Amino acid sequence: MTDQNSALEQLVQQRYEAGWVTDIETESLPPGLTEDTVRFISAKKGEPDWLLAWRLQALARWREMGEPSWAHLDYPPIDYQGISYYSAPKSPGDGPKSLDEVDPELLRTYEKLGIPLHEQQMLAGVAVDAVFDSVSVVTTFKKQLAEAGVIFCPISEAVRDHPELVQKYLGTVVPARDNFFAALNSAVFSDGSFVYVPKGVRCPMELSTYFRINAANTGQFERTLIVADEGSHVSYLEGCTAPQRDENQLHAAVVELVALGDAQIKYSTVQNWYPGDEQGRGGIYNFVTKRGLCAGARAKISWTQVETGSAITWKYPSVVLRGDQSVGEFYSVALTRGRQQADTGTKMIHIGKDTKSTIVSKGISAVRSNNSYRGLVRIAPSADGARNHTQCDSLLIGDQCGAHTFPYIESRNPSAIVEHEATTSTVSDEQLFLCQQRGLDAEKAVSMIVNGFCKEVFRELPMEFAVEAGKLLEVSLEGAVG
Amino acid sequence: MLNVSDLHVSVNGKEILKGLTLEVKAGEVHAIMGPNGSGKSTLVGVLAGRPGYEVTAGTVQFKGQDLLSLETEERAREGVFLAFQYPVEIPGVSNMEFLRAAVEAVRGHRQQAPLSAPEFMKLARQTCTELDLDPSFLKRGVNEGFSGGEKKRNEILQMSLLEPALALLDETDSGLDIDALQVVAQGVNRLRSPERAVVMVTHYQRLLNHVVPDQVHVLAEGRIVRSGGRELALELEEKGYGWLTGETA
Ligand SMILES: Nc1ncnc2c1ncn2[C@@H]1O[C@H](COP(=O)(O)OP(=O)(O)OP(=O)(O)O)[C@@H](O)[C@H]1O
Ligand SMILES: [Mg+2]
Repeated sequence: MTDQNSALEQLVQQRYEAGWVTDIETESLPPGLTEDTVRFISAKKGEPDWLLAWRLQALARWREMGEPSWAHLDYPPIDYQGISYYSAPKSPGDGPKSLDEVDPELLRTYEKLGIPLHEQQMLAGVAVDAVFDSVSVVTTFKKQLAEAGVIFCPISEAVRDHPELVQKYLGTVVPARDNFFAALNSAVFSDGSFVYVPKGVRCPMELSTYFRINAANTGQFERTLIVADEGSHVSYLEGCTAPQRDENQLHAAVVELVALGDAQIKYSTVQNWYPGDEQGRGGIYNFVTKRGLCAGARAKISWTQVETGSAITWKYPSVVLRGDQSVGEFYSVALTRGRQQADTGTKMIHIGKDTKSTIVSKGISAVRSNNSYRGLVRIAPSADGARNHTQCDSLLIGDQCGAHTFPYIESRNPSAIVEHEATTSTVSDEQLFLCQQRGLDAEKAVSMIVNGFCKEVFRELPMEFAVEAGKLLEVSLEGAVG
Repeated sequence: MLNVSDLHVSVNGKEILKGLTLEVKAGEVHAIMGPNGSGKSTLVGVLAGRPGYEVTAGTVQFKGQDLLSLETEERAREGVFLAFQYPVEIPGVSNMEFLRAAVEAVRGHRQQAPLSAPEFMKLARQTCTELDLDPSFLKRGVNEGFSGGEKKRNEILQMSLLEPALALLDETDSGLDIDALQVVAQGVNRLRSPERAVVMVTHYQRLLNHVVPDQVHVLAEGRIVRSGGRELALELEEKGYGWLTGETA
């Protein structure tokens, strides 16, 4: 039924609501990547020698590596010398000490994004670190967190104030040589967040970072490091947007999580980078390496992601389950529409005994988009009694889109139990008709069906973000209907 | 209320309804019977706006409007309700959520103030009780894992909450146990009022013991071939359809 299809197609035509540009004075490096670029960034941050050396080594590695080509993605070659590797809002002196010193234009940007920092301060409950282009702008709630002994600050600040912690953990989960994009990030990362939760502390509030790419032609390479010491708990959320531009922009972030014995880290992402237009012009190339290490016994790391943006998403949040009885979880919703391409999934590496992992992946593809799930479950010979359950569901909207699943299972321990379930369904004409027959318009109907499909994942998000994610899907599916 | 006149409908180029005429007045309950494949679901589907049908001739007036010119959701908001012969599942969407959205859409159209969440929950629970349905129905996904009979009861729950002007029931009584049949009958009888009308497609006259129709029609080969009162259903039960379809040939 072609009629139905074109109606659906209209429905899911993109509209990107965070696509404006902030007019703000910035200090940017000209495009290009050499040792001098790395030295400049490092000097700008006043970094110690060990870190500069680490960066330079990463750069050398990166130069030897080729871009990975195994993903189910199709994009023109990226000119890495055509990108600027540093852009920061120009602010007098050392950077803002408090909200009052932050450029009001910048604060307005965040307000537009729906993150009123002032309000959030009052509402309490969420501490926000906002990264604008490459620089971390402001961290709210620092004091309240400090009282609990929690460190939550830009990573550049952590390098200065807590060098021993950063040096101890940086690169231990995602080594600089890990992959092409991780190496690039290690060489040029300009900011990101750092979290340390001390032994036995339950972080008193949700921690949250908002990333925004504003400047044209800049790459964003933030680096996040979260360390949860023994018995501690922390929940962290990141949100991302970028202005609408005709050129593609590169985003190559690295996130490292370390959970020591009995610690729990919950990391949630709502990613809404600019996806490009219907013809596939512009949009963010999102090549991200996220990995967590359950270093001690009974540690738990849980990734939840809602990915609706970016022209290209290449992202496999992973958990290395080294501690005995440690737990890894991955809950994912990836929505692609227009010409978007997503190749995303997870890796669960079971090393410790009786380790357990759960994977729930929901892929939604609409129009001419392509959505791939790629998951690896590896059971090492040492992982007696390891268990994995994977559930991988795809929902198709229209008949020109694609959904693919690539599950890889490598079990080298016969006592392990690995289960994999996969389904593919469509938003059926009959479901749409039922909804419309009950008075709902087609747009509302599709968003309701899609939301229902994602329920198991949304349930894992902190409450207020679950609502946000639902709305985001609705907006993403909204179109020019009637 | 409803005036179907000389309606011709094709599916994939094949004519299914071949000049069907039917008038249903406000306050009336009509039963439509007929052999398998005669076009009963097609008729109620066309009225409700199911995609895939081509109306080649004829008119349908509903409350004085040209029904066929309205979008599916507009018909629903104007008060046309279809209880599906085969209700589909919408996984992950709770009945409560679904019903609330539907009631909201219909009330919004009637310019009634929206119900608050607690108000709606109260109303929904109350309706469940009245229909002798377990309120846990509301928490489950729409038709998700429902038994055949439960799906049919769920249609009646939706109908009761939406209070349509014209309810079209497509074999809602098929596959029901005796208690469930009571629920369906009760739902229809509660809806019965001078401002509303009901069209029930059924194969069994047993439903008509509980919901006494004003008229019974026989649909065969795309046309109403016989209309009568309650007693026609009994006659059909005894003789089958052969003597009627023979008549039209
Ligand atoms: N999409 C379709 N494509 C082809 N033929 C169709 C389609 N939909 C309906 N038909 C045909 O139209 C005719 C009438 O179907 P309809 O479902 O209206 O019958 P019915 O009277 O409701 O039958 P039953 O009592 O079995 O429910 C049947 O012959 C059916 O096969
Ligand atoms: Mg039928």
